[in-house]
Amino acid sequence: MGPETLEAKQKAAIEEILKAYPEKAAKNREKHLGVGSPNDENQKTCGDVRSNKKTVPGVMSQRGCAYAGSKGVVWGPVKDMIHISHGPIGCGQYSRAGRRNYYIGVTGVDTFVTMNFSSDFQENNIVFGGDKKLGKCIDEIEELFPLNNGITVQSECPIGLIGDDIGAVSRVKAKEIDKVIVPVNCEGFRGVSQSLGHHIANDTVRDFIFDGKVNIDTSDVTATDYDVAIIGDYNIGGDAWSSRILLEEMGLRVVAQWSGDATLKEMALTPKVKLNLLHCYRSMNYISRHMEKEYGIPWIEYNFFGPSQTIKSLRKIAAFFDESVQAKCEEVIAKYQPMIDAVIAKYKPRLEGKTVMLFVGGLRPRHVIGAYEDLGMEVIGTGYEFAHDDDYKRTKEEIFRSTVIYDDVNEYELEAFVKKLQPDLVASGIKEKYVFQKMGLPYRQMHSWDYSGPYHGYDGFAIFASDMDLAINSPVWAHSKAPWEKEG
Amino acid sequence: MQEVEKIVNGKDLFKRPEYQEVLKNKKQFESSMLAVNPAKVDEIAEWTKSWDYREKNLAREAITVNPAKACQPLGAVMVALGFEGTMPYVHGSHGCVAYFRSYFTRHFKEPTPCVSDSMTEDAAVFGGLVNMKEGLKNCAAVYKPKMIAVSTTCMAEVIGDDLMAFIIAAKEEDGGEYLAADYPIPYAHTPSFVGSHITGYDNMMHGIMSQLTEGNKGETKQRINIIPGFETYIGSLRSVKTIVEAFGTDYIMLGDHSDQWDMPAGQYEMFQGGTKIDDAKDCINSSATISLQKYATVKTMKMVEKRWKHAGGFSNPVGLKGTDEFVMKLAELTGTEVPQKLKIERGRLVDAMQDSYPYMHGKKFAIWGDPDFLIGAVSFLLEMGAEPTHVLCHNAPNGWEAEMRAMLDTSPAKDSLNVWAGKDLWAMRSLLFTEPVDFMIGNSYGKELMRDTGTPLIYIGFPIFDRHHLHRYSISGYDGALNLLTWITNKVLDQLDEDTKGIATTDYFFDLIR
Repeated sequence: MGPETLEAKQKAAIEEILKAYPEKAAKNREKHLGVGSPNDENQKTCGDVRSNKKTVPGVMSQRGCAYAGSKGVVWGPVKDMIHISHGPIGCGQYSRAGRRNYYIGVTGVDTFVTMNFSSDFQENNIVFGGDKKLGKCIDEIEELFPLNNGITVQSECPIGLIGDDIGAVSRVKAKEIDKVIVPVNCEGFRGVSQSLGHHIANDTVRDFIFDGKVNIDTSDVTATDYDVAIIGDYNIGGDAWSSRILLEEMGLRVVAQWSGDATLKEMALTPKVKLNLLHCYRSMNYISRHMEKEYGIPWIEYNFFGPSQTIKSLRKIAAFFDESVQAKCEEVIAKYQPMIDAVIAKYKPRLEGKTVMLFVGGLRPRHVIGAYEDLGMEVIGTGYEFAHDDDYKRTKEEIFRSTVIYDDVNEYELEAFVKKLQPDLVASGIKEKYVFQKMGLPYRQMHSWDYSGPYHGYDGFAIFASDMDLAINSPVWAHSKAPWEKEG
Repeated sequence: MQEVEKIVNGKDLFKRPEYQEVLKNKKQFESSMLAVNPAKVDEIAEWTKSWDYREKNLAREAITVNPAKACQPLGAVMVALGFEGTMPYVHGSHGCVAYFRSYFTRHFKEPTPCVSDSMTEDAAVFGGLVNMKEGLKNCAAVYKPKMIAVSTTCMAEVIGDDLMAFIIAAKEEDGGEYLAADYPIPYAHTPSFVGSHITGYDNMMHGIMSQLTEGNKGETKQRINIIPGFETYIGSLRSVKTIVEAFGTDYIMLGDHSDQWDMPAGQYEMFQGGTKIDDAKDCINSSATISLQKYATVKTMKMVEKRWKHAGGFSNPVGLKGTDEFVMKLAELTGTEVPQKLKIERGRLVDAMQDSYPYMHGKKFAIWGDPDFLIGAVSFLLEMGAEPTHVLCHNAPNGWEAEMRAMLDTSPAKDSLNVWAGKDLWAMRSLLFTEPVDFMIGNSYGKELMRDTGTPLIYIGFPIFDRHHLHRYSISGYDGALNLLTWITNKVLDQLDEDTKGIATTDYFFDLIR
């Protein structure tokens, strides 16, 4: 199939898909669907799609909420703090330990990531307010979990609606217990997706952690010229660790991870680093920009998915430092090259020419394209749950020919696109997984690495390659059709 | 570094020396107590195992730690998916729906359709009427469900949206293009800050049954309605149907999601199986209604008994005694003998119980879960001579504690058996350290308890995310009790092997035959 016919097919698919909607919804969704190509005239986005707008009601969007963006993504992985899901019981329960943010620690004693702390609002808390209860929650946490290094209050929907003042409670209690307490107004109804939750959480880091506001001793760590921080890596399946090892091997000192396996102290140390390395741009560009403005720390985006992008990124990072780092960077690249060559030699023949459709969250819809291409696979459709224009602009730079771009795609659209474009692999989240597996399509969850990983760095790429092979070449897909069914 | 012939994922990768070095290096930047003072960590860890800690832990009034319950709309979504071609529709923010769908999908390993009307800040200010009008129309146009079952999130409840008025307004504005005047759109208010997921189940079931049957009261038919409750065992729904069918009686299972969450491979259809809408509309004319979960159907059964005047009542067919009662109730309602088939099934179960009893007898168990599940499962433990030392129900409704206490009081070990109503799993952790048991029965949230306390976990309950296919089995009826017996006995035997496998030290009890 040549690129031109593919593009025609892609455009026809969009047209057809829009027919199912009532007029108003069709008009809205039309703006979020497009066919992007490297030669797009519009430089602001990709495929001319519009993004970060309200979801059309009633269509089974895959999006989450601001609370998910703050508690689930940005704050939740900070391991030595306790994150209170403040409001009714559900939000904390549904989001408990679902993201595989790995960490080292004694859970329940000095680290708390996979636990669920909830203020479990009852009707009287709605009617009379929950501030008193929040104060008591903090007292009880302090008594039973004395080694916590701080607390965040993650607001659920009712908090902002009933007029509670979690800021005041946090201020008073923080003084009392002499630890940081961060009130986060990330109520689920704010904004249009997780994205605003990331932003709100970033802002609270800015306001409550930096500039010596945290009562934590950082004087034992002396800054060096090689200090960097990993920003926007949530250590899913250990991703930050398989990234960190490469940075250390090239002579850099990773002072902080944001926020997978992170501690409060690491965050407090970050304003002294020489360079911030930003992996998930969407969820943590805000704090990176802030550190640039306030502390003059430059930041660069990097991509550790697949060897081509990893090598590019390693060199880009090394270029910020002196020749010793640059020399070591080349040594690192040379050291891993034989392993990577062997991985590609083994898996590329089994995966070459296979097509993929992606739908994920913050960075992966563009960042993993290169990793697939390293294996000879082609991404023919991609989109984001909660991206903005600048993410689509960056996506345009990653695609190499016409690709369907779908923003905030819903269940109906994704299913229709897959049926029309017939990829060999669909890579998205848990909610969609079994829809496509029922159709007999190989599928990989690309939020949680489908309980595998890490996928970052060289070691991660080897796992990625073997997992894609596992999915696509498993014998199980051939069993869908019974032997007595006719071909067709 | 990876070796191409033996690529390992994180499980083994991070054990390698180069990664252990990375993790060790990282500690210098971590926190003041973790990196510098491991002795303090040990001290606190030991203290959390003490009676002193337990007393403080159990005295908590405000913070919930590691709950064993969820919120109302989750139950409402389950009800909706038990009806033919029905789309669960949650009036509120779409973040909630993403959570409900993930939660069920992770348990069942099946798709979970559900839409929301994506309310945002402007809806919080002006109300969600606009969202409801557009949402219902779009949902009907795109997914073409036979019915849309509307529930609410806490956001919609706090701002006080009026579902009935909104649905009427949506239909009027649409003028029948997508939403015909008689398009069934039952609704229920399901505030997350009242009760738990079983309350939401009750509210939505009540909503569907009361609203679909409106004006349909006619001749009474010899027919039994069965309401399963918040049942997460697909096999249980099938076992119950098999038992009812054995009596040859006409019946309607109200809210039957056994096909929806157990779709065969080959193609994807969004909706499968479920209670026929026409049956649901006519269920008011059945002669009897049996609820299999008393505490999950309080409001619904009040309507059925007081207003509809149906015979039936409650019957919890988990365990031998519970199944016997269910079978006898059916015999009574249908006026027939207990069918031979069931007599044989019962005999086989009792035979199996008599084969395995030595391994469960006197064993101490900790168990948690929903109130009705616990009534059935604890009954079964008692039938086997086991000792349910800690029975914990986080979402215990009124009356449950007394009922459970009365059950435990029938045991010779009654003085050492405890009921914990309204407590969470962090409380359970203290109980397990201070008054240890031999085994735990519970959901995946027991995993950390297993790691912390070393108590073996038998996976029975909801949600189960990290073990596969258990939900496909039954825990109801005689065949379901046999599954319970099998899972529990074999875990006891696994543990016995584990305890005796030390070569030349403990393996004198490592028997081939048991």
